[in-house]
Amino acid sequence: MKSLEELAAIRKRMLEQVNMRKDDKIDTRVVVGMCTCGIAAGARPVMLEFISELKRRGLENVTVAQTGCIGMCRLEPIVDVYVKGQEKVTYVHMTPEKVARIVNDHIVNGRPVEEYTIGYQG
Amino acid sequence: MMRELSDNILDIAQNSIAARATLIKITVSVSHAANRISLCFEDNGCGMSPEMVQTVAEPFTTSRKTRKVGLGLPFLKQTALMTGGTFDLSSSLGVGTTVCASFGLDHIDRPPLGDVASAFYTLILLNPAVDFLFVYLYDEKRFEFDTRIVRQTIEPLRLDEPEISDWIRENLNQEISLLHGGSFS
Repeated sequence: MKSLEELAAIRKRMLEQVNMRKDDKIDTRVVVGMCTCGIAAGARPVMLEFISELKRRGLENVTVAQTGCIGMCRLEPIVDVYVKGQEKVTYVHMTPEKVARIVNDHIVNGRPVEEYTIGYQG
Repeated sequence: MMRELSDNILDIAQNSIAARATLIKITVSVSHAANRISLCFEDNGCGMSPEMVQTVAEPFTTSRKTRKVGLGLPFLKQTALMTGGTFDLSSSLGVGTTVCASFGLDHIDRPPLGDVASAFYTLILLNPAVDFLFVYLYDEKRFEFDTRIVRQTIEPLRLDEPEISDWIRENLNQEISLLHGGSFS
């Protein structure tokens, strides 16, 4: 670890920002299955793509979290999207390529991507 | 089986997290002289009973209640042994667990090491409350990344704040590729 000064500068800048991220702004959760089966099926690149796509769009109301095995290992990587006040949507056989559309259509515009969901593919 | 050894890193560390470890040390070492790659996990989690240690690397042993299979350690052990490597596990209740696996570097069945930096970054990002000490030894070179030092430096901010986690990712990427002095798989 070399540039700790740089890190300290980032800290200073962030503490000075009035607009600190508050947990109560969170209304959407993206939960990625990251157990042995999920990881083996490629959950990591999917999770990392969600992180970068959300950051690219500056969406601060969304968090990305992990969960264990949901029990449908053949459908992994599985991603659940929870939007406050709406029913959970489960996406299966996820790939990094599918992420941008889920963020755009579902998370930003409120229309789940039917053809990626478990109801469509399962 | 995992496609990359870095996926095993992500997976085996989950056991430590499930064991409520607060500090997980992960050592990756690559030695061309010894023709070995090894992965070592040491945690201060709840540990296992001697009976559990006996069977934990079998596919039909798991601590979860929802089903009867657990494949994380069996995958690691199988990959290690089939590449002419070794697998060792020791644990004591209330103290923690250590798992070490080594692989034949030039063995035809050895999976690529993969993106170790991204595995480390993912672990930090998804477990911001856990501390990690990553040690990466590449022949004579050494890289260490300690989240306790980062945590001290950024206090009271969290490790998963976007700007902080970006710094962590860039730091890991840079330092690890510097260590390789080019690409390594």
